[in-house]
Amino acid sequence: MAALAHDGHHGHDHHEDSFVSKYIFSQDHKMIGKQFLMTAVFMGIVAMMLSIFFRIQLAWPGESSDFLNAFLGDRWAPDGILSQDMYLGLVTIHGTIMVFFVLTGGLSGTFSNILIPLQIGARDMASGFLNMISYWLFFLSSIIMLVSLFVETGPAMAGWTIYPPLSALPQAVSGSGLGMTLWLVSMAIFIASSLIGSLNYIVTVLNLRTKGMKMTRMPLTIWAFLVTAILGVLSFPVLLSAALLLLMDRSLGTSFYLSDIVVGGEMLDNVGGSPILYQHLFWFLGHPEVYIVLLPALGLSSEIISTNSRKPIFGYRAMIGSILAIGFLSFIVWGHHMFITGMNPFLGSVFVFTTLLIAIPSAVKVFNYLTTLWKGSIVYTPAILFAIGLVSTFITGGVTGIILADSALDIAIHDTYFVVAHFHIVMGMSAIFGMFAGIYHWFPKMFGRMLNNRLGYVHFWITIVGAYGVFFPMHFVGLAGAPRRYYDYSVYEGFNSNSYEMMLDLNVIISIFAILSALGQALFLFNFFYSIFRGQVAPQNPWRSSTLEWTTPVKHIHGNWPGALPTVHRWPYDYSKPGMEEDFVSQITPLMEGEEEH
Amino acid sequence: MGSKLIILLVIILGVIAIAQLVRVNELTAKHSGRREEDIPHRDNIFNANMMLAFMIFFYASFIWLMLKYGYTGMGPAASTHGVETDWLLNLNFVIIIAVFFLTNTLLFVFAWKYVKRPGVKAFYYPHNNKLEMIWTVIPAAVLAVIIILGLRTWNDITGEADPEAENVELFSYQFGWTARYAGMNNVLGEFDYKLTTADNQYALKTRENIELSLQKMLVGGPGEEGIQMIEDKLNDESVVMAQADRKKLQIELSRKERMVRLLEQMALTYNDSIDDLVNDDVILGDSLVLLVGQKYNLAMRSKDVIHSAYFPHFRAQMNTVPGMTTYFKFQPIYTTSEMKDIMEDEKFEYVLMCNKICGGSHYKMKMAVTVLGPEDYLNWQKTKTTYDGSAWLNFDDRERAAKEAELLEKYKAIAATVAQ
Repeated sequence: MAALAHDGHHGHDHHEDSFVSKYIFSQDHKMIGKQFLMTAVFMGIVAMMLSIFFRIQLAWPGESSDFLNAFLGDRWAPDGILSQDMYLGLVTIHGTIMVFFVLTGGLSGTFSNILIPLQIGARDMASGFLNMISYWLFFLSSIIMLVSLFVETGPAMAGWTIYPPLSALPQAVSGSGLGMTLWLVSMAIFIASSLIGSLNYIVTVLNLRTKGMKMTRMPLTIWAFLVTAILGVLSFPVLLSAALLLLMDRSLGTSFYLSDIVVGGEMLDNVGGSPILYQHLFWFLGHPEVYIVLLPALGLSSEIISTNSRKPIFGYRAMIGSILAIGFLSFIVWGHHMFITGMNPFLGSVFVFTTLLIAIPSAVKVFNYLTTLWKGSIVYTPAILFAIGLVSTFITGGVTGIILADSALDIAIHDTYFVVAHFHIVMGMSAIFGMFAGIYHWFPKMFGRMLNNRLGYVHFWITIVGAYGVFFPMHFVGLAGAPRRYYDYSVYEGFNSNSYEMMLDLNVIISIFAILSALGQALFLFNFFYSIFRGQVAPQNPWRSSTLEWTTPVKHIHGNWPGALPTVHRWPYDYSKPGMEEDFVSQITPLMEGEEEH
Repeated sequence: MGSKLIILLVIILGVIAIAQLVRVNELTAKHSGRREEDIPHRDNIFNANMMLAFMIFFYASFIWLMLKYGYTGMGPAASTHGVETDWLLNLNFVIIIAVFFLTNTLLFVFAWKYVKRPGVKAFYYPHNNKLEMIWTVIPAAVLAVIIILGLRTWNDITGEADPEAENVELFSYQFGWTARYAGMNNVLGEFDYKLTTADNQYALKTRENIELSLQKMLVGGPGEEGIQMIEDKLNDESVVMAQADRKKLQIELSRKERMVRLLEQMALTYNDSIDDLVNDDVILGDSLVLLVGQKYNLAMRSKDVIHSAYFPHFRAQMNTVPGMTTYFKFQPIYTTSEMKDIMEDEKFEYVLMCNKICGGSHYKMKMAVTVLGPEDYLNWQKTKTTYDGSAWLNFDDRERAAKEAELLEKYKAIAATVAQ
């Protein structure tokens, strides 16, 4: 019925769109996806710049830098030396933007929008209007977050997890004034955007699949987007409530998170609240958030590895199973962020158990990727380079999770650079690699032109060397006992000079790699914007892929398919199937007589 | 830092140069009719070889880092439980490094070996239940071992403290630490944040302090108006005041009245034994001094925001949370001077630092920790006075020598439990 209605709608939809309805308030999922991507690319550049600022301070503490002064001015970098308050502000906003605006809004927003209707054979999202609202709320929240960088008392400075009481008390740190209010308002709007988007994705996947597109014939990308959206819908509201309670504590005198506090010589009235309550609420989102970031990246790379190694993804059903298992488990592991908060140690034990269970579906995914590559015929597009990079970072960052999940071991390395190394590799690098892989692979679909492959190769090799160069040595810094969010490590100077020298040395190495890999991204930006306008015109199915999005015309039309919607006859991974003429069979090709589906 | 800017500029120019080179390459491609979607054999082989080269470079860097930096840093664990967690950590490292090398090697070798070659078709291999079962069950079995060992250690660390353990309180505030020893009775005096005044920073509960706080509320103190003054001001018709200011004062008044009620309640439930608990406590603002081999049960609280008491060398850490008391117990096994020898660092000191973001000077929030042998500890103890100003070791002069000798024997016995 829905398909019929859409067909009817499609018939009279060839009128010319105005500039505003086509490029700005567009309700077309492809345009909205591109809007998400552009915003995320911009936010990514900002967040990367912020990290370079504080990396300069960490590598050359106390040295004057014109560069810092030029960007941060005399207020935050007097004499070219970063102020210790702004250091925390930079760290906080870097984390917030990267996690939420780049890797959640950017990754899931971009690819769920572009790929869900195209890969399931739908004309558009279930609600184009809500989809548009979702983007513009995202845009608005991005603007508010950026504005918070410019307020006089500075942006939020309590770390991206904004634990109260620090985040609740302007007396405790200057960023907990207007900056924190803007942070909370921005996040509240962001969450609204994310919820509207996620609901739309879920409804679309469940209801608008074309004929023959059974759940077990969906590409793994769609499975990943679906589970991601479900995680978002179930967990983001909890963060919203946490943020609202915090706003009330800040402005209305409630005591949800505050108790028995004397700050700046002032005795506060608040009694009976618990800061730990906030942490429970935050991490109830915070941990699923890791998978909200990671699952889409894993989904994209499943698709890309299969296509470019010209082999079906190994263990399709096991892959779906592990996505579901990871999604489910991600809700019952949040306490592993809180082993040393004073939480009941028995509760800690339970979280150790559930957390380590996640390693099992993760291991299954890794081995399935490896087996997919085994005896493949790998075509090196930049996309598969990044996808292979993702598998490597997923392994390297994943294994250290086993140590951090073990509460007894966590005691000594909790909140040290070992943790910073762990989550930047397993979540940051993996998700960014997945996002790059996705951009390289679907760029022809998005813009109708090809990216330059060789620039892509250089970009990849700089990025993987640079990013590992940044995050791998951090394990050693952390094991030497360097706490995160420290403005400098002179605390060790008088206590343990070996550690101090080692931290200094490695911090210089890390910062140089950080600057190099940041510069490497210039290659990507150049390639990206140049190719949008001047790249080689794309053929319809450049990567010889069997999924539905490559059966649509190169030039975007509203409604995606010019004629009737395609009918699906097989799973999406018929690559190099014996007895077939080509090394791929499109999902719309009917099964041959006597052919088994898979 | 002009030189740094120049370096940056050079790098930027370098990147631009590369971009130009690639554009030249693009033009030649256009000339020869090569299309982006058809990856040339040469590019495939280049990337495949790079995969192998990268793997070797990656492993070499890892090994270099391990050799150069793997054994510096925190040094050996200096507490009983730390020895256990270090052993467990090493075991875990053996497992995960093995997995790291195995899977990364498979990944990069496959990526190198199975590059597209003319005439070779990929092997259609959609699934194999047996294989998948193997790599579900093996990780599960390894994880079971890790979980069991980990939880056993965790239960030891977080279990009830030994009743013999000495109670010490760590009080954290922006941006410093204070230690409070429970004194001869080994019971920490009570506290209540409402008793915080300039003269009672740690909010300790004694009759005098309750009086002090009441006074402060009623008559005020330096920089603060008391209830009487506020009432006078509000009732004085000759004072002209904006509506908003009046409202503010009224709120302030009701706050203080409420506080007075609470303090009066506190005074009602007060009895003299509460004073005794506080009076023999010993407060140290500059360092934490510990006896080697003594079991400590640290109680922690915070004045303002969340901090975290992090002792990297003892492998100990616990957050301090306003509004609740948290605990961590440990037993130091090396004196500071022993640790200096082990670390081959004459300047080495143990340190307690803050490891939860707590404001601008977070990174400077530290306290020195010293672990002493029996004689040194006793001598140090002799110089310390308690909250009420008497000596920590408050012995009668006639029996002082005997009592001190007895204590020294006890300390020696304690130290002997961890002697190597």
